Amino acid sequence: MTDSTMTVAVDWTSEQGAARRRRRHAADRRLRAYGIGAISLAIGLLAILIITLAATGYKAFVQTMVEVDFTISADLVKADDIPAGNFRAVVANAMSKLFPEVEGRETRELKQILTNNTRFIVRDAVIADPSVIGGTMTLRVPASDPFDQLNKREISRDLPEDQRRVNDRQITWFDKLDAEGRISTPFNWGLFFNADSRFPELAGLAGAIVGSFYALLVCFLISFPVGIAAAVYLEEFAPKNRLTDLIEVNINNLAAVPSVVFGLLGLAVFLNFFGLPRSAPLVGGMVLALMTLPTIIIVTRAALKSVPPSIREAALGMGASKHQTITHHVLPLALPGILTGTIIGLAQALGETAPLLLIGMNAFITSPPGGLMEASTALPTQVFIWADSPERGFVARTSAGILVLLGFLIVMNAIAIFLRQRLERTW
Amino acid sequence: MFGYAVLLIIALSLVAFYVGRAQGAAFVGGDVKSHSLPAYHGAFVAVWVGIPAFVLVLIWVALQGIVVDQALLGSLPASMTEGASASQLRLFLSEIKNVAAGRIFSEPTPEIQAAAETYIRWQGIARWAMLVAATALMVVALVIARSRLSTRFRARNNVERVMSGLMVFCSTVAILTTLGIIASLLFEAFRFFEQVPVTEFLFGLNWEPQIRLREDQIAGAGAFGAVPVFVGTLLIATIAMLVATPIGLFTAIFLVEYASDRVRNIIKPIMEILAGIPTVVYGFFAVLTVAPAIREFGSLMGIAVSPNSALAAGGVMGIMIIPFISSLSDDALKAVPRAMRDGSLALGATRGETMTKVLLPAALPGIMGGILLALSRAIGETMIVVMAAGLIATLTLNPIDSVTTVTVQIVTLLIGDTEFDSPKTLAAFALGLVLFVVTLSLNVLALHIVRKYREQYE
Repeated sequence: MTDSTMTVAVDWTSEQGAARRRRRHAADRRLRAYGIGAISLAIGLLAILIITLAATGYKAFVQTMVEVDFTISADLVKADDIPAGNFRAVVANAMSKLFPEVEGRETRELKQILTNNTRFIVRDAVIADPSVIGGTMTLRVPASDPFDQLNKREISRDLPEDQRRVNDRQITWFDKLDAEGRISTPFNWGLFFNADSRFPELAGLAGAIVGSFYALLVCFLISFPVGIAAAVYLEEFAPKNRLTDLIEVNINNLAAVPSVVFGLLGLAVFLNFFGLPRSAPLVGGMVLALMTLPTIIIVTRAALKSVPPSIREAALGMGASKHQTITHHVLPLALPGILTGTIIGLAQALGETAPLLLIGMNAFITSPPGGLMEASTALPTQVFIWADSPERGFVARTSAGILVLLGFLIVMNAIAIFLRQRLERTW
Repeated sequence: MFGYAVLLIIALSLVAFYVGRAQGAAFVGGDVKSHSLPAYHGAFVAVWVGIPAFVLVLIWVALQGIVVDQALLGSLPASMTEGASASQLRLFLSEIKNVAAGRIFSEPTPEIQAAAETYIRWQGIARWAMLVAATALMVVALVIARSRLSTRFRARNNVERVMSGLMVFCSTVAILTTLGIIASLLFEAFRFFEQVPVTEFLFGLNWEPQIRLREDQIAGAGAFGAVPVFVGTLLIATIAMLVATPIGLFTAIFLVEYASDRVRNIIKPIMEILAGIPTVVYGFFAVLTVAPAIREFGSLMGIAVSPNSALAAGGVMGIMIIPFISSLSDDALKAVPRAMRDGSLALGATRGETMTKVLLPAALPGIMGGILLALSRAIGETMIVVMAAGLIATLTLNPIDSVTTVTVQIVTLLIGDTEFDSPKTLAAFALGLVLFVVTLSLNVLALHIVRKYREQYE
């Protein structure tokens, strides 16, 4: 025992001591408050993002429809050649019948209530049911964008006439139709079953959904087997040498390469060098596969690592070859982890936009693609196209498209979480 | 046709598998013990039937176009090809193909008409020849592979060697991708630098990419000095980092030191949602909400804010990067050994003092690495800036002005139909090369810092 003594006796109860403690605790509370502030800010921004999207997007899930009786007279539409019929006149007659008092140049303003493609809708209905020729047919036709907006209160009636896209006469006609019960706002199935269109009231996501599906299918078919094979080789077989080190560094760096660079690769190699068609989901899927590959390799390796060595040793001890050990025992046990990671990787690929722009998947295409080589859009590029469109109605469509995209992402992630919770084992 | 060829290969490989397995099954139960299970005999035959045929089809598809083109040019009358330049020959070819596909713009000459018919005929022949050749190869392979099967034949080892080879090939796909990126960027950028000097590109102050349509065009051939683009990129990335770093860092501090497990389990998934939102959504958010809000606020203060200001794009990009920084900082803070934290608390330091005086300094390299990774992501981010930032390159550091970025320029230069010999489109590849080099260096640096730091404690 040395005789060292405390030279300064600190009086913890003194006034200064208490003040110092208060200061220190105040600093502690401040740091905590900064943390809470930062988190609230982040969550608040997320909330604003989702609320604005939902607030602008929900209106696109319903569509204003006008019920019109079309008289299909045999003079205008010949039964033996329906597509050549004068459906423009059929539509004009139907509208004139609703408003007999409207004449001359005003009929043109009257026809603007219905979507521009009404005559094609009528034509298709007549082709589907030729027996209506000579009689009348009642159809519900989408209202054109300005009247859709008017009905959804997006266009205010209080504005001066020259500042809104519908004039007072048109509003009176529309109100009359409404009073007759001809206006309805049912759920907008067209959003899911129509392809893209120049007219917001007709534009839908069908082409984009099919295109995204094809692209993701190609992406999965390439990246899943290749990723698993690469991961199994690197994790289970690869000798520790410079080549495998290089591959590993490479995969990590590839995961951080900006997505637009992958687009440049696709453009230069797949389109320019191999001469594959522009805008094709096949090329989109191949580019996305190259981007998803690092993710799948990394998660597969993690899943393989989590299978305990005792499983491998037991199989090897029973005389299985290394290949048999892995294909019969290790891979099946790692599969839930691999699947979870793959779905998350595919969800990322679904939201990827920039590389698809560079290979031309932002074209204006009015029918869903019939195959992997046909020009098409994808969900995120469709959102981009609509966001760039000047028509007012596309703002709501864009938000609705985003909500649909987010819906798909939520479903995919939910499946991944479900798989992780149900199938993954802890050893 | 490629699809049919693949289906044919799959079908014949299946047949080969069953043939091989049946033969392998016959070896079982004989006097000599069979080396491999019947299924391995089947797999052996299937592998040797399927893979060579698949490779053949791939090579065929890759070469068919070139061979047919050469043969077509050879078949043209000498009067047409005599003295024609390479680009004229290319024109002939594309005209022939257009006529063959029915896209007739002007009445084709009889020679072209005849060549188009030849082209269609040859295409048909080539397709069928591919199927016939693949089938023949598969039948030959089937016979040879079957003849090798015997009781003592090591079918399993053979199949496993092939599988290993395939796995090695798959793991080199990552390297091939990197090489493909580097090669295509370098190749196209090199062609760009043949037309525009490197020094002008890297140090020029004027960015007006356009193609000269006529020789005497007033606007000239365009300027390719990328400095304003680089400055714009850095401006927006800096704004994003200024938004994301404090929010992300304080979030991580709170989660590590103050949050209870329950709070953490709520906040972490929310941060993951923020990270999982596609960037095109953030871009639309910037255009729809943030940019008008900033503009409105500016006009309240009497400042004219550009409709696509750097502030809006950078701010929204910052929101996107918050989860990135918070999760990387979280990891770095958690990696500090527990003893250091406990020691500090045991000495009577408050949680805040432990954090600022012990954990943060210890985790600083890891956090710096995370910030560098986030910066590289901000520089490479595309959709937000394509939608919310400007197109015109102005050399300014004013955050309420409109600036453009490298990624915006790449996308706008390459959207639509692209001609691969004008400096305008090639400039995109030069920008891509710069982007790739910068982000790669940032990543390597960040990983280096993180790794070096980890070694201190493990």
